[in-house]
Amino acid sequence: MITPHITVTNLTMAYGDFVIQRDLNFTIEHGDIFIIMGGSGCGKSTLLRHLIGLQQPAKGDVFYEQQDFWHASDEERVRVMRRIGVLYQSGALFSSLTLAENIALPLGEFTDMSAHEISDIVSYKLALVGLAGFEDYYPSELSGGMQKRAGLARAMALDPEILFFDEPSAGLDPVSARLLDDLIVSLRDTLGTTIVVVTHELASIFAIGNNSVFLDPDTKTMLATGSPKKLLAESKDAKIIQFLTRGESNADKSVQ
Amino acid sequence: MNAAVSASGQISFMPFDESTVTIQLSGSWNREASIKPVEHVFADLNAIKNLKLVVLQAHDLAAWDSRLPAYLLKIIDYCQSRHIEVDASGLPEGIQALLKLARAVPERAGARRTTQKKSTVAEIGKIVLNGLKDAKGLLAFIGETLLAFTALIRGKARFRTIDIFLCIQDAGPSALPIVTLISLLVGLILAFVGAVQLAMFGAQIYIADLVGLGTVREMGALMTAVIMSGRTGAAYAAQLGTMNVNSEIDALKTMGISPMEFLVLPRMLALILMMPLLCLYADLMGMLGGAMVTISAFDVSLIQYYNEAQKAVHLTDFGIGLFKSLVFAALIATAGCMRGMQCGRSASAVGDAATAAVVNSIVYIVVADSVITLICNRLGI
Repeated sequence: MITPHITVTNLTMAYGDFVIQRDLNFTIEHGDIFIIMGGSGCGKSTLLRHLIGLQQPAKGDVFYEQQDFWHASDEERVRVMRRIGVLYQSGALFSSLTLAENIALPLGEFTDMSAHEISDIVSYKLALVGLAGFEDYYPSELSGGMQKRAGLARAMALDPEILFFDEPSAGLDPVSARLLDDLIVSLRDTLGTTIVVVTHELASIFAIGNNSVFLDPDTKTMLATGSPKKLLAESKDAKIIQFLTRGESNADKSVQ
Repeated sequence: MNAAVSASGQISFMPFDESTVTIQLSGSWNREASIKPVEHVFADLNAIKNLKLVVLQAHDLAAWDSRLPAYLLKIIDYCQSRHIEVDASGLPEGIQALLKLARAVPERAGARRTTQKKSTVAEIGKIVLNGLKDAKGLLAFIGETLLAFTALIRGKARFRTIDIFLCIQDAGPSALPIVTLISLLVGLILAFVGAVQLAMFGAQIYIADLVGLGTVREMGALMTAVIMSGRTGAAYAAQLGTMNVNSEIDALKTMGISPMEFLVLPRMLALILMMPLLCLYADLMGMLGGAMVTISAFDVSLIQYYNEAQKAVHLTDFGIGLFKSLVFAALIATAGCMRGMQCGRSASAVGDAATAAVVNSIVYIVVADSVITLICNRLGI
């Protein structure tokens, strides 16, 4: 059996004494589109911050394959972090740099490619997200959706093994959100990238997710993990069903 | 009912029997209307003894907006707190629905913030704890900065060379106009203040000594530092703070690029490189200002002034001034970058960071200046 891509064991997250979630255990396999879901304020984004190295767990471990992420040396952790890409909720593009410079930054820092080659890759990445020709624009000159796509281009710059998305569809119109979903699926299908998405958009959850974890703000722990569709069909937990059916728990269960 | 009455909201009490009163609402209840304060209604209700039931009714109700439901909710809450029943079925359906909606989700227990008076001891404790936290943050930041500089010396630091030049442009040449103006004027003021005293003894020529030493040893470095803390220190805090708000610093971290090396290092280097140069320039401008006053008003020629200044000011004095400006540069850059990097995630946090950066750097500057001056005095240089 292959080792899962990411393994989380007994993870407890806390700010000081204030526990956000405790005893999280789940695995993310290679090529999964993994959804972190749950109601507002349950710690979805905080969990993401623990997975990408921005916040240290109060207890428990995160493994990238066999590598213990939080007990590794700083250098080893940075090496792991270079294998991942993150798309932040706001895009988090460097506002003082053009789109091309934004995407070229990791390429220039971590590869020995020539400037010419880098600019070819930058153009290709921008074209992938539908922003061909926008190389010399500054982030502030773009719409929110375009910034998000540019952020994705930057996250993909180093061809990461794992891509993290923080609320990818927040602030996007339904069509753009759908296009982003399609892009996520095609990234997984063509490049085999493992994808982790924080979202509470039901349409996205069912359309793209094949694995998930459900966090509950009241009990401060996870209620379930597994395919969202399967959870909807098989779960006995009222909270999960309510979430996955927009509160219409008695309505027809076949959302798809 | 005439038009004048219906222009403003009316509320009338109609006792039904001993324990029941009908409150009838009429007229317009919108933002423009003048309405009886709700406290008066409470007082009226309070005046009725054995009140068991309040019936709310609308009659000839004209325009109304959120004012009316808010007013009614107050009355209803008041009645409930005194165990008086309220019958709202006489109100229009729209208002009933709104009232129901407003009370559909009960107030979450503990959600309302109660302001409680804290004891002085608790306040002092809080201030001390915050101070300790700040001190810890400062130490951590200095440590990280040293690590970044070590990486720079080992040639392993990751930053864009162009960023250093951009920061140098920002912290150096762009600051020249303001430095020129301030140091020229400070030289001028020094000369005037000294001249008045010295002229009494016919010793105007010693204005050159006063201005020269005062500027080179003290004022040049100090004024440049104050200008740069307001100009560049605050800018650093605001830039880095905004990048924090926008998750740009998180993005750098997850790219495996240290923000200390990528953002803080170029800014610190630029300021540390530029401040001594600016200070030297400010020294010259200050002496020029002094010369302008002395020559034009106190009957001293430029040559005399120049010779006297050259006699009075030694290379050591320039050395002390430059050393000070170097220290000040490090302090300003540290305060600015630290406040920016530790900034919270809101617009007001960025403002706070910029303010704190300026306040901190000015405090650091003055304290450091005193210490250095004291040491120089003891060492006799």
